[in-house]
Amino acid sequence: MKVVHTDVLVIGGGLAGLRIAIAAKRRGLETLVLSLVPPKRSHSAAAQGGMQASLANVTKGAGDSEDYHFEDTVRGSDWGADQRVVRMFVRTAPKAVRELAAWGVPWSRVRRGDREAIVNGNKVTLTERDAAHGLIAQRDFGGTKKWRTCYVSDGTGHAMLFAVGDRAIAEQIPVLERTEALSLIHDGHRCYGAIVRDLVTGELTAHVARATAIASGGAGRLYRVTTNAVICEGLGSALALETGVAPLGNMEAIQFHPTGIFPAGILVTEGCRGDGGLLRDAAGKRFMPDYEPEKKELASRDVVSRRMEEHIRAGHGVQSRFGEHLWLDITLLGRTHIERNLREVAEICRYFLGVDPAEQWIPVRPAQHYTMGGVRTDHTGHSPGLKGLFAAGEAACWDLHGFNRLGGNSVAETVVAGMLVGEYVADFCEGPDGAPDVPGAVVRDAYAQERARLDALLASRGTESADALRIEMQSVMSDFVGIFRVGSDLEQAVDRLEKLLVRSRSIGLRNHRDGANVELATAYRTQRMLKVALTVAAGALARTESRGAHCREDFPRRDDAAWLKRTLTTWRNPSDTLPTLAYEPLDVRTMELPPGWRGYGVKNHVDHPDTAARAAAVEAVKRDAPTPDTAQERLMPYEHLLPASLRGRNERIPEDAK
Amino acid sequence: MSVGSGAPAKAAGAGAPAAAGSAAGGTTAAAPRRRLRLRVFRYDPRDPESVPHFQTYEIEEGLGMTVFLALTEIRERQDPTLAFDFVCRAGICGSCSMLVNGRPKLACRTLTQELPEEMTLAPLPVFELIADLSVNTGKWMRGMVERLEAWVKIKEAEIDASKFEEKMDPDLADRIYELDRCIECGCCVAACGTAHMRADFVGAVGMNRVARFRMDPRDVRSDDDWYDVIGDDQGVFGCMTLLGCQDACPKNLPLQTQIAYLRRRMVKAGIAK
Repeated sequence: MKVVHTDVLVIGGGLAGLRIAIAAKRRGLETLVLSLVPPKRSHSAAAQGGMQASLANVTKGAGDSEDYHFEDTVRGSDWGADQRVVRMFVRTAPKAVRELAAWGVPWSRVRRGDREAIVNGNKVTLTERDAAHGLIAQRDFGGTKKWRTCYVSDGTGHAMLFAVGDRAIAEQIPVLERTEALSLIHDGHRCYGAIVRDLVTGELTAHVARATAIASGGAGRLYRVTTNAVICEGLGSALALETGVAPLGNMEAIQFHPTGIFPAGILVTEGCRGDGGLLRDAAGKRFMPDYEPEKKELASRDVVSRRMEEHIRAGHGVQSRFGEHLWLDITLLGRTHIERNLREVAEICRYFLGVDPAEQWIPVRPAQHYTMGGVRTDHTGHSPGLKGLFAAGEAACWDLHGFNRLGGNSVAETVVAGMLVGEYVADFCEGPDGAPDVPGAVVRDAYAQERARLDALLASRGTESADALRIEMQSVMSDFVGIFRVGSDLEQAVDRLEKLLVRSRSIGLRNHRDGANVELATAYRTQRMLKVALTVAAGALARTESRGAHCREDFPRRDDAAWLKRTLTTWRNPSDTLPTLAYEPLDVRTMELPPGWRGYGVKNHVDHPDTAARAAAVEAVKRDAPTPDTAQERLMPYEHLLPASLRGRNERIPEDAK
Repeated sequence: MSVGSGAPAKAAGAGAPAAAGSAAGGTTAAAPRRRLRLRVFRYDPRDPESVPHFQTYEIEEGLGMTVFLALTEIRERQDPTLAFDFVCRAGICGSCSMLVNGRPKLACRTLTQELPEEMTLAPLPVFELIADLSVNTGKWMRGMVERLEAWVKIKEAEIDASKFEEKMDPDLADRIYELDRCIECGCCVAACGTAHMRADFVGAVGMNRVARFRMDPRDVRSDDDWYDVIGDDQGVFGCMTLLGCQDACPKNLPLQTQIAYLRRRMVKAGIAK
């Protein structure tokens, strides 16, 4: 048995994982990153449009603040988010952008004077202020009150990932590329690292660590049509799930992005609409203002995606041999703007559609895009079920996004959570529970168990094909656990996925050699993905309300009285064929922003019994407090939760600056 | 792993404003489907019984099919043992470079309709072979980054991120991003005559990084420092100006201009030393 010791083991080499590693290394801890692929190829690179942080530099962002960012995020989440986490996030986001600027990210900058822009379909002239010249620029994104999305043309994630990836190399953090964590080493109370497979040689290693952090991204590949990279299979969630004790949170909360190119599902950024692009139907009509008169194309993603599907159902979709779609029109932005600020979009259209978006409309339809749920953690990124296990980024349910994430908040979460959780991981290692004493028997058992699982698969003469099972799983998820959900479909989905899971225990292989055996990897991943898919379907079936991206046609109202709570899912025994659901209530009495209408979407929620009293109390505090900041402190103190080094107030140019 | 049965061909984008009113989105006259023959390099260097050879797979071409979709379909339906690397499948992560009929390309955004019926797929040369079409570009690129110290070398290690960011001219930010768009796919290295002859050559990818950091006011290094890193045959003077890098770059980076400019600067720095 090969054993490697380290202080901090990070599973996942995208932005969140790398940033945790940098933080931990800077605290003097030995840190090791595992990555399925070279880190700079991670899915973080796909974040095109930008990162939200309330810098308030551009004219249309003047006066932006953490308060607005907080409120937009909580409304976007349909009150599913942990509001303290949102506060911690909005305070840290500007720091993350500025740190990245110092690390070399070539953020697009403000240019003083007049410039033409498209707002709500009309050409307008915006005058940028002298005071802001050369500072980081912001663009418009859905669901935000102010222009807040900092960007690098439309290659934001790429530029961020390269800066952070190279920073990690500069700080001499080792990354084991092409390695995969197969299970966590734990005794039911404490996590001690992971059993890791080398995808090239097949060698198995026990990586023993004082703290283990999962930052492995989302689970888009549970679906047939997704914007996600092929490595986003939800396997980080599976790691936690298979411990039987570390719960997953809100797995039913799955976001569909309005503009996946049709039918391949490759993303074109929300920046297209943020910069003034319009959605049109078969008749060429701009239809969003009919549904959402206020926010139009820039309502939150869950709302826009549903309105698009609704419009297609009403018979306004464009017919094609692959099914129906709608159009995204960015021709009105002009070639210069597209080639400067949306060049990635132009490339994708050219190479995958043969379309020139400066001249032609882009065929789009909503596609699976983001997993709001994931490994449930507290505000420090720590699992409530397993000491020493942390998670951050899309793999985690921290819970910044609740039931719907705003555009630009995910790539922001990766680096912000990385900065924060990295500090908390280091605190844990230095604290009383972080001692490096590891019971040898636990490690040996975990290793032997995983070796036996692999050997059984390699030797299996089973009749089931992993690829066939996976394709069927993706169809079930896309057809029955999609944008619109209904009880009978979800029952069928759970039933069919359960049968697929049972069948997955009889997968047979053609290639029985260990090593760079892709067939073996497909087999064990499919077995795990089916469990994760079941957590999504079972959670969706149980939640008899509509909230954010979770939309039940048979229960169309958001029901705060019954469902203002977070779903917690565990997988009790390896032999189980279904997950176990439990719930964690959200306490209205401690919320800074009590539940209400989001300002877009349908207004039909059922109030929680505590909401009226809390809303009145909040009003009273706001009325009596000498300043808004004091009111905030009295309503929901959070600064003490941040690491001391990240508490400082963020500098901004004044709203009335010239 | 599937992403629908294929992307639409050119005609699916017939939604030019003029055409949109007439319920466009139909397809051009359906040409008979081609039967594609993919000759794929197979070899697992860690398997003593494996011998390098080409294996031919046949599949029916789909509308808007890419090499990614073709290989994925082959793996899902014909041969689950075939090794290749795809991550984003959208032309942005640089994982899937391979030789398509002898030329380095990103396989994910190479449409089969642009290729003849029979095509040959081989792993990218220069890089260490993992198996079949999968090569270890990650190791090579990390080595390059470590050697060139290809990160912004800043004045102070600790930054007060609560304070304003340093201002930067908007045009300069755009110019830096222009070079920052490199995705380390390795196509320029595979297409480089020098890289084929000397394993220690930094390649256009490395020189582009140097050009990018030279331009960045946040970086403290001078041409004198850069000369020590790339002022020799392993660096800028190893380039034979064959222009393969520029031809192969899927991001259309101005590699040759950057290398020529760097060479002039390095000659100057060398003479001054």
